[in-house]
Amino acid sequence: MLERYLRPMWAFVFRDWHLTRRYMSWVAVFVFYAIVNSATIALIGKAQDDFRLTLTLLLGVLLWSFLSAMYNEIANSISYERWEGTLEYTFMAPASRFIHLAGVSLFAVMYSVVRTIVILVGLVLFIQVPVNGANLLGVLVVLLVGSLAFMGLGLMAAILPVMSPENGAQATNIFQGVLLLVSGIYYPVSVLPSWVQPLAYLSPATYALEACRKLMGINHPDSTPDRLVGAPLSSVLPELGILLLMGLVLIPLGLWVFHAAEVWAKRTGRLKRTG
Amino acid sequence: MLILNPTQTELAIEVSDLKKVFRKREGLFGPLKEEWALKGVSFHVRKGETYALLGPNGSGKSTLIRILSTLLTPDGGTVRMLGYRLPEDEAKLRRKMGRVSVDAAFYKKLSARENLLYAAQLYGLEPRQAEKRAMQILEQLGLESRRFDDPLEEMSRGMQQKISIARALLINPPLLLLDEPTTGLDPKSRRDVQAFLEDLRARQGTTILLTTHDMAEAERLAHRIGFLAHGRLVAEGTADELKRRAGTADLEEAFIALTGEELNDEAGQP
Repeated sequence: MLERYLRPMWAFVFRDWHLTRRYMSWVAVFVFYAIVNSATIALIGKAQDDFRLTLTLLLGVLLWSFLSAMYNEIANSISYERWEGTLEYTFMAPASRFIHLAGVSLFAVMYSVVRTIVILVGLVLFIQVPVNGANLLGVLVVLLVGSLAFMGLGLMAAILPVMSPENGAQATNIFQGVLLLVSGIYYPVSVLPSWVQPLAYLSPATYALEACRKLMGINHPDSTPDRLVGAPLSSVLPELGILLLMGLVLIPLGLWVFHAAEVWAKRTGRLKRTG
Repeated sequence: MLILNPTQTELAIEVSDLKKVFRKREGLFGPLKEEWALKGVSFHVRKGETYALLGPNGSGKSTLIRILSTLLTPDGGTVRMLGYRLPEDEAKLRRKMGRVSVDAAFYKKLSARENLLYAAQLYGLEPRQAEKRAMQILEQLGLESRRFDDPLEEMSRGMQQKISIARALLINPPLLLLDEPTTGLDPKSRRDVQAFLEDLRARQGTTILLTTHDMAEAERLAHRIGFLAHGRLVAEGTADELKRRAGTADLEEAFIALTGEELNDEAGQP
């Protein structure tokens, strides 16, 4: 068990942690940029003197920051390996693709949680938004459950750098952009063209947002700028169920898609560094 | 001349009629262009034997090593290594072979220690034992232990290649695939690596498949040599047999006589 599964899985956490550590000053720069970027969005609500709008935007920006950081970590782990030329060695190791991608995803979740907490603290201090009464622990649970579905999406996006070393990494952003558009992160889904609206129900971010808005008490009639009335976790069980189901479908689907891309790459010689 | 123990008849590698073609479409709707990298290559390597494949760039050496490393799927033929068939048994085989490629691929920002500990854990090894073994190998290869914590990007190519060898040997594999392991190394590093491989074979009986441009290296390290040209194994035998067959005094002339090709770039380096 330890030799075959846990140690190889931990190897990816070990590697990604040390790589992050080596780039720590850049991580700090990009977290600062994320705080600034998020603040500019959340301040739109502040300018309207509307705490509900401010919190909606704040939540949207945080949730998107979390999910996109995790998605990027997974999707870009392959392009990073291509860039370093280590992909062949990783694929030659006896660790199964499930163990490989589970290890990458485990670090991605840990990194994204810490990053999001730092951004939240930075934003709350900068914009002075009270979150008293919000069920933040519940929000964390939703993020963790929602991350399963995003792992699956990340696995599917990770095949793009396998298929094209030149354009694959950038192409993962297109996938991410479409999710941002249809999920109603900063606006209600109802403002989307009617033919796009059904796509919102296919995005895990839609359900994660819906649950988090309830847990934060953003739309609760008794919430005030000083005191939010956050819902208990039990009230978002339907959303959690859908997110869990999406994870259970998307992770195996992501692994299957990745496996198919790996078989194709081995047949066509695309694992080679130069492609 | 190197002579393998004649009682050793068990095969470590059996390659039969191996074929690989790469197809590339010309333009978006153009016809598929076929390029045959291997056109039916057959050879075997006995356990404990060092077999060198010699060939110019584009002869199919790296394609062959990649197929044996489970990184490419062949389009024809069969491969059996250490009793396992490819691709059916590739998961089992991966635990028993190490590979060193011409480009020492590492996470360049990480130190040698971090790169090796990552590789060790990937193979399920206990990190402290793996580190101890890596240190022993690196010392044998002449790398100073004080460099162990330096990022790879600050190391010379020779040092990186020595760490690459240490990585391949962490699992103590009975089979080692070396794809031009000394190409681009300075003469001292080249000698260090060659001496280490000789010692490894003598002490542990590791089976080694080596590709190289370097005639002297092949002659020094290999029991038998195969000449690969245009995706075909043109001739094979001991260095003396090949020279005798070609009626030449040295191996490079034998290569030219038997394949009609010249070895390029690094051939003949000390």
